[in-house]
Amino acid sequence: MLHKYSRFVVACTVLLILAGSFVTSTDSGLSVPDWPTTYGQNMFTFPYSKMVGGIFYEHGHRLIASTVGVLTIGLAVWLWLAEPRRWMRWLGVAALGAIVAQGVLGGLTVLFFLPPAVSTAHAGLAEIFFCITVAIAVFTSPGWAANTGVDDATLRRLTTLTTVLVYAQILVGATMRHTGAGLAIPDFPWMFGHVVPDHWSAKIAVHFAHRVGALVVALAIVSTSVYVWRRHGDRMELTRPATLILFLVGVQVMLGAFTVLSRRDVWINSLHVVCGALVLTTSLVITLRAYRVRFRAPQQRLGVAA
Amino acid sequence: MRLRNAWVGCAVAVALAASVAACGGSKEASNTSAEPGGGAGAAAGGQKVDTATAGEVKGTVTVDGAVPKNEPIKMNADPVCVQQNKTPQFQETYMVGSDGKSLANVFVYVKDGLGNYVYDTPTEPAKIDQQNCRYHPHVFGMRVGQPLEIVNSDPTLHNIHAMPKSNQEFNNGQPIQGMKMTHTFTAKEVMVPFKCDVHGWMNAYVGVLDHPYYAVTDADGKFDIKTLPPGTYTIEAWHEKLGTTTQSVTVGQKETKEITFTFKAPAGATATN
Repeated sequence: MLHKYSRFVVACTVLLILAGSFVTSTDSGLSVPDWPTTYGQNMFTFPYSKMVGGIFYEHGHRLIASTVGVLTIGLAVWLWLAEPRRWMRWLGVAALGAIVAQGVLGGLTVLFFLPPAVSTAHAGLAEIFFCITVAIAVFTSPGWAANTGVDDATLRRLTTLTTVLVYAQILVGATMRHTGAGLAIPDFPWMFGHVVPDHWSAKIAVHFAHRVGALVVALAIVSTSVYVWRRHGDRMELTRPATLILFLVGVQVMLGAFTVLSRRDVWINSLHVVCGALVLTTSLVITLRAYRVRFRAPQQRLGVAA
Repeated sequence: MRLRNAWVGCAVAVALAASVAACGGSKEASNTSAEPGGGAGAAAGGQKVDTATAGEVKGTVTVDGAVPKNEPIKMNADPVCVQQNKTPQFQETYMVGSDGKSLANVFVYVKDGLGNYVYDTPTEPAKIDQQNCRYHPHVFGMRVGQPLEIVNSDPTLHNIHAMPKSNQEFNNGQPIQGMKMTHTFTAKEVMVPFKCDVHGWMNAYVGVLDHPYYAVTDADGKFDIKTLPPGTYTIEAWHEKLGTTTQSVTVGQKETKEITFTFKAPAGATATN
């Protein structure tokens, strides 16, 4: 039941990330100038009829974030009361701390007129929170308890590197997004008609880094997937996410390309953010399962505790 | 409790804005510059302009070539805006006259050459109104230290978000029809953009200057900068998309100089609306 609940929190977090990306894609981040109130009103009593224009996205994001916050409190309490593994209990606390910090960052970025550093930190912490909720779902799954995993140091190194690269790429993407560099290079696949831009600015450099990062990440993911299929083709818990991530990274590259070609269409741009988060957490799932052998089985831990 | 505090805050803000309006009234954007001696409170030091010997710079701003069509606006994000605007709406980026050349909404001002003249700061507030989900005026000028009255005449929520580089950025909500607030810019800046993040199509620009020699071109592209002391000046014309262009002009005693600014239309533009 706890596992099902944690999966529900994961699903709500995906929705929250989509809502957050809509705020940026529609340039609605400052449509509600105050925080934590909404136009001077308690945010929970702000009438739906007044959620017009950009307020719909910004206030909607705040409401969904509050809901996820409440769900995370429930998750942390549930883990604290029911989870025998001590580190799991603290992982619940970490999730709660992350969502609280995330809310404060969201408020600060509004009050200080969206400084790129704070907005990028808000985006980066969102991914960390999402990773924590996914990790909790993995650690509470029946598969995690039943399986001892594979002992492959190369797989562990490869998946860790891939996950770190994906996260770094997301941070570069968030920097690009929050510095208004999304169309700094306006063409695709060329860059100002060349393989490499023929002129430079800070925004062009960030945008270029994100495109180069996409290539690096795609190579890392393909390498990880090929390695998993070659060496551990009989392990469903590895091959399934390894196949899924190939599909996701393909979709992600296309969404990135169409974000440029469509001049930042709101839906394409927002789905690019969500798909990036899914690539990250799928990579995380493979990584955690690669490390499964390093964890003791929950029942063993329970035995020690008893 | 928080709600009550908010209401008290709103009431105080409205009362304050209303008292300022009652003292100063309002002033619509004009293609003519203000009198340099207007208003109370003489500035200390420097030389006052002798209006008896002052001259004038007037003229026209035109655009050479076809400008792009103004972007259509979809207001369906807010039913109130849809109700208020029954006809198709467009951005006010290129306001070209019926002759196909004259350009409105260009801010023309003395950029350099004024020396150390001093001017009284007007107490009468400049005004920007959010009406029919648009800013009125779209381009205007005001003075450093002069109050700016910001009004929401719409029965819907607006936020007024100023994004200056030299002045303090601000973003205030005006959720109630008739709400007013005032703001004072402390440094000269050409131009300060305004936007409403609720209604993404709403934008406006204000030129904030430490002297009264500015004007905004009217529907015929005409401007008039009056009571300019004799001297040689750099006059700049600013347009929100076409950028800036400058001219040097020498004005003698009681002389009226006529000048024309011509912007080049962007390459590839085919038609206007």
